[in-house]
Amino acid sequence: MSDVQFRFRDDEPVADPAVTVDAFGEQSNASAVRIEPGDDARDLLPHLARLQLIEVNFPVFGDGRGYSAARILREAGYAGELRAVGEVLVDQIAAMRRCGFDAFAPDVPLDPSDSEKAFNRFPEVYQPTTDRRAPIWQLRHG
Amino acid sequence: MYKYDTYDQAMVDARVEEFRDQVRRRLEGHITEDQFKPLRLMNGLYLQLHAYMLRVAVPYGTLNSAQMRMLGDIADKYDRGYGHFTTRQNIQYNWIKLEDAPDILADLATVEMHAIQTSGNCIRNTTSDQYAGAAADEVIDPRPYAELIRQWSTFHPEFTYLPRKFKMAVIASDIDRAAMRLHDIGIQIVRNEGGQIGAAFYVGGGMGRTPMIAPCINPFVPIDQMITYSEACLRVYNRYGRRDNKYKARIKILVHELGKEEYTRQVEAEFAHLLTQNIEPPLAELARIQAMFADPPFEVGIADEVDRSDPDFALWVDTNCLAHKQPGYIAATISLKPVGGIPGDATGEQIRLMGDLARQFSFDELRVTHAQNIVLPHVRKADLYALWQQLDAAGLGTANLDLVGDIIACPGLDYCSLANARSIPVAQKISQRLARSEQAIGELKLKISGCINACGHHHAGHIGILGVDKKGVENYQLLLGGCEGADTSLGQITGPGFSEDGIVDAVEKATQVYLNNKQGTERFLDTYRRIGMAPFKEAIYE
Amino acid sequence: MKILTGNDLKTGAVTWWDGAEWSLHVEQAVDVGDNADTILAREQAARRVNAAYAIEAVKDADGVRPAHIKDRIRALGPTVRPDLTLKPADPNAGEWVI
Repeated sequence: MSDVQFRFRDDEPVADPAVTVDAFGEQSNASAVRIEPGDDARDLLPHLARLQLIEVNFPVFGDGRGYSAARILREAGYAGELRAVGEVLVDQIAAMRRCGFDAFAPDVPLDPSDSEKAFNRFPEVYQPTTDRRAPIWQLRHG
Repeated sequence: MYKYDTYDQAMVDARVEEFRDQVRRRLEGHITEDQFKPLRLMNGLYLQLHAYMLRVAVPYGTLNSAQMRMLGDIADKYDRGYGHFTTRQNIQYNWIKLEDAPDILADLATVEMHAIQTSGNCIRNTTSDQYAGAAADEVIDPRPYAELIRQWSTFHPEFTYLPRKFKMAVIASDIDRAAMRLHDIGIQIVRNEGGQIGAAFYVGGGMGRTPMIAPCINPFVPIDQMITYSEACLRVYNRYGRRDNKYKARIKILVHELGKEEYTRQVEAEFAHLLTQNIEPPLAELARIQAMFADPPFEVGIADEVDRSDPDFALWVDTNCLAHKQPGYIAATISLKPVGGIPGDATGEQIRLMGDLARQFSFDELRVTHAQNIVLPHVRKADLYALWQQLDAAGLGTANLDLVGDIIACPGLDYCSLANARSIPVAQKISQRLARSEQAIGELKLKISGCINACGHHHAGHIGILGVDKKGVENYQLLLGGCEGADTSLGQITGPGFSEDGIVDAVEKATQVYLNNKQGTERFLDTYRRIGMAPFKEAIYE
Repeated sequence: MKILTGNDLKTGAVTWWDGAEWSLHVEQAVDVGDNADTILAREQAARRVNAAYAIEAVKDADGVRPAHIKDRIRALGPTVRPDLTLKPADPNAGEWVI
């Protein structure tokens, strides 16, 4: 289990280990779950109220299913910690953040300076997500 | 055409600096090639057969003279004096150094150009009709819709690591001049009976190993929901497209395996959800973009005839020029297929000249066609002869649009590490063999791919040629009867393959069968569709 | 013989392992025998080459001849632009590829 290297939340991190989706279904007191790329994030929607931590695993950085999982969870109103784990690299963390991730636990720690640059690289965004940054079309037209 | 505002410019500039930093980190060893490769691909940089190859985006094929001047200068300064126009309306350079790439992107950014997402498992350049804004049969100019799609798809945070590449095309006429149904998503802008504009969505087309024609999954999405619907299509693909097998990872496989009905059901469900998320740009944004695509200041009451006394010029007019919606004007195609030449290649000097001619004769606008030619869309008929004389002097006056010499060919094994066989020498030999008879043969779209990835679109050629590796020796398969228009069809293979000389003979024989059997004004494709494969097969393999 | 080829990381130029360095000229390629993987790993880690791999080749009267036409085209340059190859003055260079 890798350490959380970046976390954009004020609350305390959840102490419980994240269980698999299958196990989560059987444990009514679990508050943390881990999604694999092949899991359907929508299976968790009935249980969002008791979830404080959802980990989304990126076993390989080229498998982009976790980005959709994150947005689906945030669009459904999930407000707990959404943590990217696995092969999380500097050049993907900005897009991950826009999709709703607010914590990052990469297998291999990232260079802090490169990471900060990556998070702040683009001055604006073309697409709205649940992070509520105004997309460029909104800046143009109010 | 579209002009960047400060936001667009800031985004492109930031991207240049991002890539510059990524290159530095690669050269200093902070990231591996496996980690760097997708990043450079998403900036258009391939590692190819001889060097790095850079593919520059030409959004929906539209360019101005300042951009052409820069593209010509890049060819001279950073490459070996030429560029190659591609079957997706882009331009690519074959001899690029990685260490120069950030500077090239910085130069491109000064003329509102980039190489963003021209490769990689992401949404690629959205293409369109090369006659947009000039064609009499379009419902409306499709390019503002393509521009909306471009901005929506640029740096999209959810769709940066799709199962595979994703290609979109937008047209606005019933005649499909962009091979729309052979794209991952093809959109036809239509007007319904109430006069409202909407988007017909065709999803799951493509060529490559398993060519498929996209089914229509929704014949009318209201235009103020087009982006939301696109997002729904992409999200279903990102979630469920295959990732276990690179050759089964395109959306056409997903649509085929789920079936059109099930895929559509999933899209409609996601669409209903996404409509609650307010992700659609307002109509004011479309209007802002459309204002930049208004008609140029056409003159009225000008001569609508062309002086045909020069027979070479008259032939070029008849072959390469298309009637324009505006009296007194014409759309002129500059052929990049000189007899025996390399299809789609142009020198730095030719590229700059074409830009200058556009500025002089076509309201400073050019188009790249997916057949690897260049169009000057709005030329006064009164200026046509002067234009042609300059083109002719520069080796750009070949009168062969849509004739057998107007060959679409991928770069093939001479340039591409994916290829099994060379395609350019085949194109050159066919062009030379048939130059004298091509006018008599008439319309014949010949397309050559050097491997099964089909970048030459051989499945959609009236005659298609596929290069294969037969025990280490180059071999060529012949296909007949493909078509990319509204009546899209996929070519059928004739039989065993041929050597390089053999395929040239086979193509010539096929044209002779056509000439011997044609009725009335039939084109090659029409005769083939009427008489079938048998007479061709017999002649070719006798 | 087994030889190694790749591209220069910075320039993209096609290179061949000559026993000590990466050369632009296939004639200087050496037989690496069973050491291909070791050399490839070391050289790529040091960033002296990129995307490198081992291929079969034969030594003949002309020099070193890669077994596959693709690598012969890499060695020379595009057959349709002799002026851009490593041997622009040699009218028969393209024949060697085929």
